[in-house]
Amino acid sequence: MSKLPKPAELAKVSYQLPKTGWMDTPVEFKPGMFCHGSKPKSLELVGFPNPREWRPADADWKLPENWKEIIIEGIADRLKKYRSFRLFMDICVRCGACADKCHFFIGTGDPRNMPVLRAELIRSVYRKEFTTAGKILGKMAGGRELTLDVLKEWWYYFYQCTECRRCSVFCPYGIDQAEITIIGRELLNLLGLNIEWIAGPVSNCYMKGNHLGLEPHTIVGNLEYMLDDIETVTGKRIKPTFNRKGAEILFVTPSGDLFADPGTYTAMGYLMLFEELGLDYTWSTYASEGGNFGFFTSNEMGKRLNSKIYAEAKRLGVKWILGGECGHMWRVLSQYMDTWNGPADFLEVPKSPITGTVFENAKSMKMVHVAEFTADLIKNNKLKLDPSRNDHLKVTWHDSCNVARGMGMLEEPRYVLKSVVNNFVEMPEDTIREKTFCCGSGTGLNASENMELRMKGGFPRANAVKYVHEHHGVNMLGNVCAIDRASLKALMEYWVPGVGVCGLHELVANAMIMTGEKERTTDLRGEPLPSVAAKEEKA
Amino acid sequence: MTAIISFIAVLLLVAIGYVGGSAGPSVRFLFGVVIPYAAFIFFVGGLIARIMKWASSPVPFNIVTTTGQQKTLPWIKHSKIESPYSAFGVVIRMALEILAFRSLFRNLKTQLHEGGRVAYGEAKWLWMAGLAFHYSFAIILFRHLRFFIEKVPVAVQMTDMLDSFLQIGAPLLYATDVVLLGAVTYLFIRRVAIPQVRYISLAADYFPLFLIFGIGATGVLMRYFTKTDIISVKMLAMGLISFKPVVPDTIGAMFFVHLFLLSVLFAYFPLSKLVHMGGVFLSPTRNLPNNSRAVRHVNPWNYPVHVHTYEEYENDFRDKMKEAGLPVEKE
Amino acid sequence: MDLKEILRQKREDIVDRWFEAILSSYHEDARGPMRRTQAQFTNPVGFNFREGLEGLFDAVLQGMLPDTVTGFLDAIVRLRAVQDFSPSQSLSFIFELKKILRAAAGAELSGDPETADELVRLDGVIDDLALFAFDLHMECREKIYALKAQEARDMTFRLLQKAQLIAEHQE
Repeated sequence: MSKLPKPAELAKVSYQLPKTGWMDTPVEFKPGMFCHGSKPKSLELVGFPNPREWRPADADWKLPENWKEIIIEGIADRLKKYRSFRLFMDICVRCGACADKCHFFIGTGDPRNMPVLRAELIRSVYRKEFTTAGKILGKMAGGRELTLDVLKEWWYYFYQCTECRRCSVFCPYGIDQAEITIIGRELLNLLGLNIEWIAGPVSNCYMKGNHLGLEPHTIVGNLEYMLDDIETVTGKRIKPTFNRKGAEILFVTPSGDLFADPGTYTAMGYLMLFEELGLDYTWSTYASEGGNFGFFTSNEMGKRLNSKIYAEAKRLGVKWILGGECGHMWRVLSQYMDTWNGPADFLEVPKSPITGTVFENAKSMKMVHVAEFTADLIKNNKLKLDPSRNDHLKVTWHDSCNVARGMGMLEEPRYVLKSVVNNFVEMPEDTIREKTFCCGSGTGLNASENMELRMKGGFPRANAVKYVHEHHGVNMLGNVCAIDRASLKALMEYWVPGVGVCGLHELVANAMIMTGEKERTTDLRGEPLPSVAAKEEKA
Repeated sequence: MTAIISFIAVLLLVAIGYVGGSAGPSVRFLFGVVIPYAAFIFFVGGLIARIMKWASSPVPFNIVTTTGQQKTLPWIKHSKIESPYSAFGVVIRMALEILAFRSLFRNLKTQLHEGGRVAYGEAKWLWMAGLAFHYSFAIILFRHLRFFIEKVPVAVQMTDMLDSFLQIGAPLLYATDVVLLGAVTYLFIRRVAIPQVRYISLAADYFPLFLIFGIGATGVLMRYFTKTDIISVKMLAMGLISFKPVVPDTIGAMFFVHLFLLSVLFAYFPLSKLVHMGGVFLSPTRNLPNNSRAVRHVNPWNYPVHVHTYEEYENDFRDKMKEAGLPVEKE
Repeated sequence: MDLKEILRQKREDIVDRWFEAILSSYHEDARGPMRRTQAQFTNPVGFNFREGLEGLFDAVLQGMLPDTVTGFLDAIVRLRAVQDFSPSQSLSFIFELKKILRAAAGAELSGDPETADELVRLDGVIDDLALFAFDLHMECREKIYALKAQEARDMTFRLLQKAQLIAEHQE
């Protein structure tokens, strides 16, 4: 009757894992480690193949009969299109230098999360199907048949990689697992094997202009709430414009910042900064998304979503584009946008109307990161700042992976940060800058159903935060990424309670003295300012 | 298991080389001339074919991995090598990568940071063994030029002299021989001793290690123990490069083992992971400048895609937009 | 000699064994990197486990005060609570200490009745530790579910606010 093990049996529980090699061990889907499968409607809206109801944990994935052919052809096609892919399939010597660099491997201890092995998941099939040695020698040459089990393994593990590129920093050949995951996910999408947390935002963004599916009036409404809050704090009513033709600058930011805390505080920061500068700029409801979840499905989808930014800049007749704080967004903008949808010759080389600085480094793609923009303002003394308003905060800085390793923006946010806060502490060297650890939730993995995965993947990051929290009293984790702001909150609550999460421009707005503002008593979150708190204590 | 199979395969190759070298003149001609020629042609042809194949796939996007500060505002210090903006920066970055294994070194630096007694200094050994292996291999290859050039060039003589600076034994012991065999042994041991490296290792990882060890070992045996007749070997070598091949009777079987293993290595090279040598030059995360915002990178297969235009968007939301006070194109 | 004194002298060895016992619940190939226990930031798992076990060992010998163990226990249990373990698997490492202490004491003090008593007392402390760990494990699991719920709430907050379904704060 009872299925409970007897105490003696319990004590004998053996943790020895199967001795079979990884190629022969089918993947086991563990709860908390994967996201819900994509819904048919999300795929249909953008014309992705094989829309249907399916559940990843089910045995039957409702694949088309010729699924194997589709994948093999897909690989062949991409080998021809991407030198990176062809090269990375051939040149790995399996030295193991990347193995312990992956936050998911560190947190899960699952060998298939070693970057080298994640790549071997595809490489083994590549060898079997595309190399002479693999065709003849099969397993001896490291080749293996593409089976349904292999396909499931791909799905499970390519949605356990955040394309953070940390492994590629340490690889002697520059093999980038992000590139392999990108292509792996493209292949899976040929069969409709996506996750809803990505597919939903993609279809939203395609139809409505942003991942969250905010319709134009909702965007305006959400901003109104922020404007109310700003008025409460500063006594100033700001009136931003939307879809305005003839503005000098188009501002595009991730929609996450319009929606949930603490991203909204960052958005309030932008609004206040631009108001104070008297910037001639406009928001757009059509191009209301800086981020690009399309990039997490296929190159083509990334391009389709990204096209709106230039198209809207052209329609509105702006001179250049200013971009908000985001991670993957800025890798896509830096390394893909101009190639996909450029040349943007209808725009001018970005020039700050306040300082006159010309952003030569963005002279072709014509988009400037708001941290670069603000760093330039501060350097030229264009802002009145009172960093003591942030004295209740001890801030540390999380370099967002893609901004660090896909763009190289490391100093600009630090310069801004040091100008607006008095208490800044760096995390240990091996966890920042180009060696920064991922939040564990990038590339569309910031769903809630995979919370365990996120907590494990974010553990190395949290561990470093915990160190500065315990040793230096750090209580705020700053960053320039919308996914970070959305996901680090949970990560901190689990691992390092007592540390909040904020964007750079929230801190800027807190410190910035606006002309004609009332005496501020609280920060943007409604928390009393340190000076006020001190007075209250005395009284 | 895969290691054992690779080991047996190499033993088999040794046996074949030995049998071939001990057989009659026609078989010795096959092993001394035909196979080396074939292997060399296969090596060059295969390598060119492989690189052409890589090069035939375009680089659609600038996917450089930035490991330092981008070039931006003039007063922010730009990391010229880690995040190169110019071709010159890229050249330096690649040179450091290829000559000093920079990325592997980064690994080592990370571990040194961990402070205290280094309980697990594997990264250091991997980097050092990798460098030692590749450099000693290159020097040994270079030294072998003395067999192929009538009047040995000064550079080769100098190398020879420096390499035997230890002044041990007669003939003098080459440092690189010791280093090469030591490094190969280490690279093998770490493959079987470190669990996570063993887990990812394939037969294709063990085979070349055994093969190279075999080549090194037979070379050492010939020089220090079985004493091969160097004059005859030079005759063979000179014959090979002047296309007037002869196989002197005075060459021992051990030499044929050495030559056969080397032929196998050459022929195997373009088919295997050993081509990483050529591939590292083409790696798009390393050989591109971080200037994609200033200079448009062109994708040769960029094609038009379906987009959701503003017009369609406005059609979907016109009423809501008007109600929210947003400007519209069509009333 | 006093049993505790002997165990204290063998601290390094005992913690080593305990550490290996906990590692044995991970895939063989993940253990190598975890053994780099000096690497506080690049190998946080090994570091935290090692430090946690050392702290727990000392606490057990001192008869354990709840306040002192929480941090050390947290360093281990919090991670294992989100890894693919059942609760029993997750916490079984604590009971391993009993065997390890016996083995360490065994050679020198076998048959000594006072030692046997002392071992039983230590067993009791370890059992208490397991109970603490169980609480902590549950707390972690509950936190995970709370976070899932909270994220869902955050996602809808603005929508509810818009629909005027959220009342303003009443002080």
